[in-house]
Amino acid sequence: MRYVDEYRDEATARKLFEAIRRRTTRPWTLMEICGGQTHTLVKFGIDEMLPPAITLVHGPGCPVCVTPLELIDRAVALARRPEVIFTSFGDMLRVPGSETDLLAVKAAGGDVRIVYSPLDAVKLAEQNPQRQVVFFAVGFETTAPANAAAVWAAHQKGLQNFSILSSHVLVPPAMEAILADPENRVQGFLAAGHVCAVMGYREYAPIAARHRIPIVVTGFEPLDLLHGILMTVEMLEDGRWGVENQYVRAVREEGNVPAQALMQQVFQITDRQWRGIGAIPASGLALQPQLAAYDAQERFGLGTITATENGACMAGAIMRGLAKPHECRLFGGDCTPEHPVGAPMVSSEGACAAYYHYRRAE
Amino acid sequence: MSSAPPALSPHPALAQCPLPLDDYPAVVLAHGGGGRLGKQLVEQLFFPALGNPLLAAFHDGSVLEVGGARIALSTDSYVVKPAFFPGGDIGSLAVHGTVNDLAMCGARPLALSAGFILEEGFPMADLWRVATSMRDAAARAGVQVVTGDTKVVDRGTGDGVYLNTTGVGVVPPGVAIAPARARPGDVVLLSGDIARHGIAIMSVREGLEFETALASDSAPLHDMVAPLLAHLGERVHVLRDPTRGGVASALVEIAGSAQVGVRLQEAAIPVWEEVRGACEILGFDPLYVANEGKLLAIVAREAAEEALALLRAHPLGTEAAIVGEVVAEHPGKVFLKSRIGGTRVVEMLSGEQLPRIC
Repeated sequence: MRYVDEYRDEATARKLFEAIRRRTTRPWTLMEICGGQTHTLVKFGIDEMLPPAITLVHGPGCPVCVTPLELIDRAVALARRPEVIFTSFGDMLRVPGSETDLLAVKAAGGDVRIVYSPLDAVKLAEQNPQRQVVFFAVGFETTAPANAAAVWAAHQKGLQNFSILSSHVLVPPAMEAILADPENRVQGFLAAGHVCAVMGYREYAPIAARHRIPIVVTGFEPLDLLHGILMTVEMLEDGRWGVENQYVRAVREEGNVPAQALMQQVFQITDRQWRGIGAIPASGLALQPQLAAYDAQERFGLGTITATENGACMAGAIMRGLAKPHECRLFGGDCTPEHPVGAPMVSSEGACAAYYHYRRAE
Repeated sequence: MSSAPPALSPHPALAQCPLPLDDYPAVVLAHGGGGRLGKQLVEQLFFPALGNPLLAAFHDGSVLEVGGARIALSTDSYVVKPAFFPGGDIGSLAVHGTVNDLAMCGARPLALSAGFILEEGFPMADLWRVATSMRDAAARAGVQVVTGDTKVVDRGTGDGVYLNTTGVGVVPPGVAIAPARARPGDVVLLSGDIARHGIAIMSVREGLEFETALASDSAPLHDMVAPLLAHLGERVHVLRDPTRGGVASALVEIAGSAQVGVRLQEAAIPVWEEVRGACEILGFDPLYVANEGKLLAIVAREAAEEALALLRAHPLGTEAAIVGEVVAEHPGKVFLKSRIGGTRVVEMLSGEQLPRIC
């Protein structure tokens, strides 16, 4: 298949492995930001074929994983209301809230539907004028433009029965938070290619300069990741820092400008709670005040819901690069994809799920 | 009647249910997804309630000794949504599915039953389409629908049409198919490209519609199985049509039943371009996507080349390939060598794959 097979070629992979081996003289710890990258690394067995001096730790770039527990509980409360059609991307349905998950709400009779595009939720609202359609708008900069487009479309159509439960998060503030942690061990980042396809990579330059760290914008195919790792290792070995772009076929420095404009039109930057990590200032997106009518929390007057996490779950440490999934004592025993304790065990992008699916036999 | 009726006592079922009720007090969709939860349901709830040595084989059907003949019996229910999809419909699927389950026991299918559960309001024209499609599929497969039943449920309590078919067939002498017969040294063959049925259904499912020319691969497989068994006899150890849960789940189950390891070569598994494209977009692994016209055959190593040639000689098997081998190491586990040379374990999924966020 074009645009895929070229990036999964075994002979080229061998050359890249060899180049990484040649260039590595010291131990280095790299973090890939995005859960999609984590899954490629583990699924193709890349991390195990790298020289032992290179440690890959897995970043917070899994929208399902960082959505706060309270917000899942709010989603559950909304989905239980008889007037609501609750729409969501598929992998949010299995994420455990403090009491239950959306799949269980569906099993108990709640009208919970999987959509593949937020615009499908807008369509549902048009088709069901007597019902309230809520879309669970989670994700990073990658999904924000489409969600912004949905809100904007509903606004243009004057729909009174569409709203979003928003938990958008932004990558650069999370990278700052990881680097600012006194326990941090990350020495170089593979930035998330798809986030940068939207946002460009200018905003990473100050982070790279401030922390004297290499940041390489990296794609998602095996060869992309190997190439990104090689570029990062070369910068580290040469003592260079800054931002470089491996994913040139998708990412331009300025990013997707119309998408950014749409995001700014619909969203404003806000402080955000990250599941497992905590509050990070200016790390999320909320609806602009003039579009507050599309905010499900406002529309349904959801009060305060507080929730407490299972203390033994190490999701936070894992997403900050301080631990690996199998180092958690719940991993594979009390916490499995059937009975996830932490969100990284649920999502197709979660680091714990990746280790569980592809590594459990060890 | 001399004996008194048994004394009434509280129903003990809840207290005795071996599936921990606090885990799943109610059935969830994933229990039907062809993954780990479904397996758990069978092993921990149905088997303790209904178990016997034949059921314990956990195969697609069972083989009974009746007056010296070996009769294969298999049943399957069809709830496919939507009922009409590119390449087939619930009627043809209900014939192919059960015929194939019989074929995977090594049997020649003879006859089917058909049980319809219809929802009040289901259009008669659609029912006619389903019935004639069953007729055509049965004719193609050389079986007859010899008994049937119809029930109608209230509007809102069904989904248009549900269909159950049960099939019987005869297992010829010299055939011994069972999941537990996979042994180290055996070779794993696949009769063609995978994941087409699941992706074709996905492409017309509400809320997920995408444009594709793909059609389901739904087809009866016993014609392809017959020459395999006629030429290779007991050297064919296991047959399985990898439906729900896909090739991955089928092989994990076989590895578990036979307590052997399986090693797959990712690059050897045929997947059509368009299917791969759709899987990439949806975030699906084709190894877990359903097939309806494909089979896995595990055969003795010395019979592998002949088996491959026999499969390829059949119109449904032109893309057949050797995709892996059975090993003594890591019993119960399936490993896959990735395209770039890394190795990973292949696990059963909990339920169905869900489309991802980004």
